[in-house]
Amino acid sequence: MKEITIKIDGKECKAKSGQTIVEAAKANGIYIPTLCHYDGLKPAGTCRICTVKVGGRNMAACTTPVGEGMVIESNTPELEEIRKAIVEMLFVEGNHMCPTCEKSGNCELQAMGYRYRMMVPRFPYLFPVRPINAKTPKIYIDGNRCIQCLRCARGVLAPDGKKIFGLVKRGGKAMISVDEELAAALTDEQAQKAMDMCPVGAILRKEAGFKVPIGSRKFDSAQIGSDIE
Amino acid sequence: MPRKITIEPVTRVEGHGKVTIQMDDNNNVARSRLHIVEFRGFERFAQGRPYWEMPVLVQRLCGICPVSHHLAAAKAVDVIVGAGTGEGLTPTGEKMRRLMHHGQIFQSHALHFFHLVSPDLLFGADADPAIRNVIGVALEHKDLAVQGVMMRKFGQEIIRATAGKKIHGTGAIPGGINKHLTPEEKDEFLKGKDPLNIDKMIEWSLGALDFFKGYHAKNAEMLDNFAVFPSNHLSLVRKDGAMDLYHGVLRAVDSEGKKILNDVDYQDYLKYIGEEVKTWSYMKFPYLLSIGKKDGWYTVGPLARLNTADFIPTPLAQKEFENYKAYTKGKPNHMSMHMHYARLIELLHAAEVMKELLNDPDLMKGELVTKGPKAKEGVGLIEAPRGTLFHHYRIDDEDKIVMANLIVSTTNNNEPMNRAVNYVANKVFNGKKEISEGMMNRVEMAIRAYDPCLSCATHALGQMPLEITMVDSSGNVLGKKTR
Repeated sequence: MKEITIKIDGKECKAKSGQTIVEAAKANGIYIPTLCHYDGLKPAGTCRICTVKVGGRNMAACTTPVGEGMVIESNTPELEEIRKAIVEMLFVEGNHMCPTCEKSGNCELQAMGYRYRMMVPRFPYLFPVRPINAKTPKIYIDGNRCIQCLRCARGVLAPDGKKIFGLVKRGGKAMISVDEELAAALTDEQAQKAMDMCPVGAILRKEAGFKVPIGSRKFDSAQIGSDIE
Repeated sequence: MPRKITIEPVTRVEGHGKVTIQMDDNNNVARSRLHIVEFRGFERFAQGRPYWEMPVLVQRLCGICPVSHHLAAAKAVDVIVGAGTGEGLTPTGEKMRRLMHHGQIFQSHALHFFHLVSPDLLFGADADPAIRNVIGVALEHKDLAVQGVMMRKFGQEIIRATAGKKIHGTGAIPGGINKHLTPEEKDEFLKGKDPLNIDKMIEWSLGALDFFKGYHAKNAEMLDNFAVFPSNHLSLVRKDGAMDLYHGVLRAVDSEGKKILNDVDYQDYLKYIGEEVKTWSYMKFPYLLSIGKKDGWYTVGPLARLNTADFIPTPLAQKEFENYKAYTKGKPNHMSMHMHYARLIELLHAAEVMKELLNDPDLMKGELVTKGPKAKEGVGLIEAPRGTLFHHYRIDDEDKIVMANLIVSTTNNNEPMNRAVNYVANKVFNGKKEISEGMMNRVEMAIRAYDPCLSCATHALGQMPLEITMVDSSGNVLGKKTR
């Protein structure tokens, strides 16, 4: 893979052609926040929290490939404000009750809220009516917490490659749905993978909540992104 | 002209309530009521949520005793996951939970006595409310104030070590606990730098008891005659009749000490307890079904626990218990102000239990969780600081809660608190045209004795305005007094 040179926030960085901006930044120790992005999965660009400026235009860093001489702005007050606004929008568009959610402390959305010092969302809460699907034996899907990142739809597949999770309806009514027949056949490992892959508490393993004590959870002692920065 | 006196909000209690006193033409009390004016609705919120979320969800109804709700809910879901009804957990699971619970009892009782009650005892019921508060205690009785703060801190640290956080932790999970105690934590609690070690906590608990007994020696007339009325008493006791704040069988005694509920399994509580709804309060009125609505009401909490238990299984608290029982010649104690005495004996007991547990190696090793055949329903009871707390859940085939019933300690004490208010109102308001600050506070003192958690919400320092409004029978405001 050809090595190229790019600039992120004025810093000259080496990158490989074919990498996305997010991947190249990570390789150079620069954190660009992501929620829908998941290492190893095809980028979807659904959440837009990775928005950067390339040549004066806002681009999703998780889907945009790097190019020789590319000049990228990421850590600017304007972009950080956009990201904070996106986090707030994600909170108001769902019903996120962090105090009682078992993903609390391991939740990437919550961690993002802390990173961006979110206090009260600037937008009104929408309080959508979202279903809970507990019909399958191993997993529990709480639509209230889904941010439609589509990680599950892209990453959790049946042995024959069929999708187990998918998006139904459109626009503001779009939501994740599950193929109950395929989900019923999930192994324990697949169920765990689905839960780990979900950035929020929308996909949970049944009867396994709160097993990790406070203090040992992913974001208890380090803020999101600190493993890269 | 008939008058109606309203005390709202009631101060130095947890939550928000109001008292109305209806006066007749001769300035005598015609009727009094303690209204609970907050509505929480947690029984409805729980529906549709997965059962394993209950210990973490339901504890959110309280910031003062969330541990009690956390553990009562955990005990109920233990039954659902087939981990037994309070006795089937692993030694580590049960002992860590017991340590958490006694940390909670300890900090809550210390808070109540030192922060909420001591101002009444140190400054008197008639003192200026600007002094009669925890700041006044801090300024004029620094040692006591420091002890209160540090004892609360010790209990809170125990909760943090067992539940993960001081408030709203996640330690108790269905079938057990999610962590061990570390050797460092154990050493810190046992041998920590003064004053934060268990021996100092025991010493200070004994000191608080000495303070109360000394006060009683000088003020027996007031303490023994303030809001005294016969009542039934209910609590959990260990199977051998010992005091057990974490688990046991349900026992109730009547005003003479005769057992009216004989050590029954609380999984069947619906066979024994009913709840009545009244239009003027959001709080229900529980009663013993065998006796009926009129006379079946009962008291819970420290006074009730010392009235139902045969003995206390820790030596120092047992010695105090014997003195306490001797004062009423072994009969149930009905003196509301002795609730403070009983609470301090429990404070000492909790400290002793914590010391015993901290020396137990099971806390630092062993299996954390156990499970068995699943059930569709579970009941969890615990002796919360304020009294017996009931949690009852039913689930569907998808593990979702379809029914939740909570009877919180203060609900159990609804009728006794109303009786206490009525008793004091009759004593201090009858024949009086003017209402003094002391009269208002005496009504509050009667309620405060029960350490009620009116909304299961906190109001730090209790510095809320108190307003009394006098209303005639037509609803016209005759006068208003605010402090």
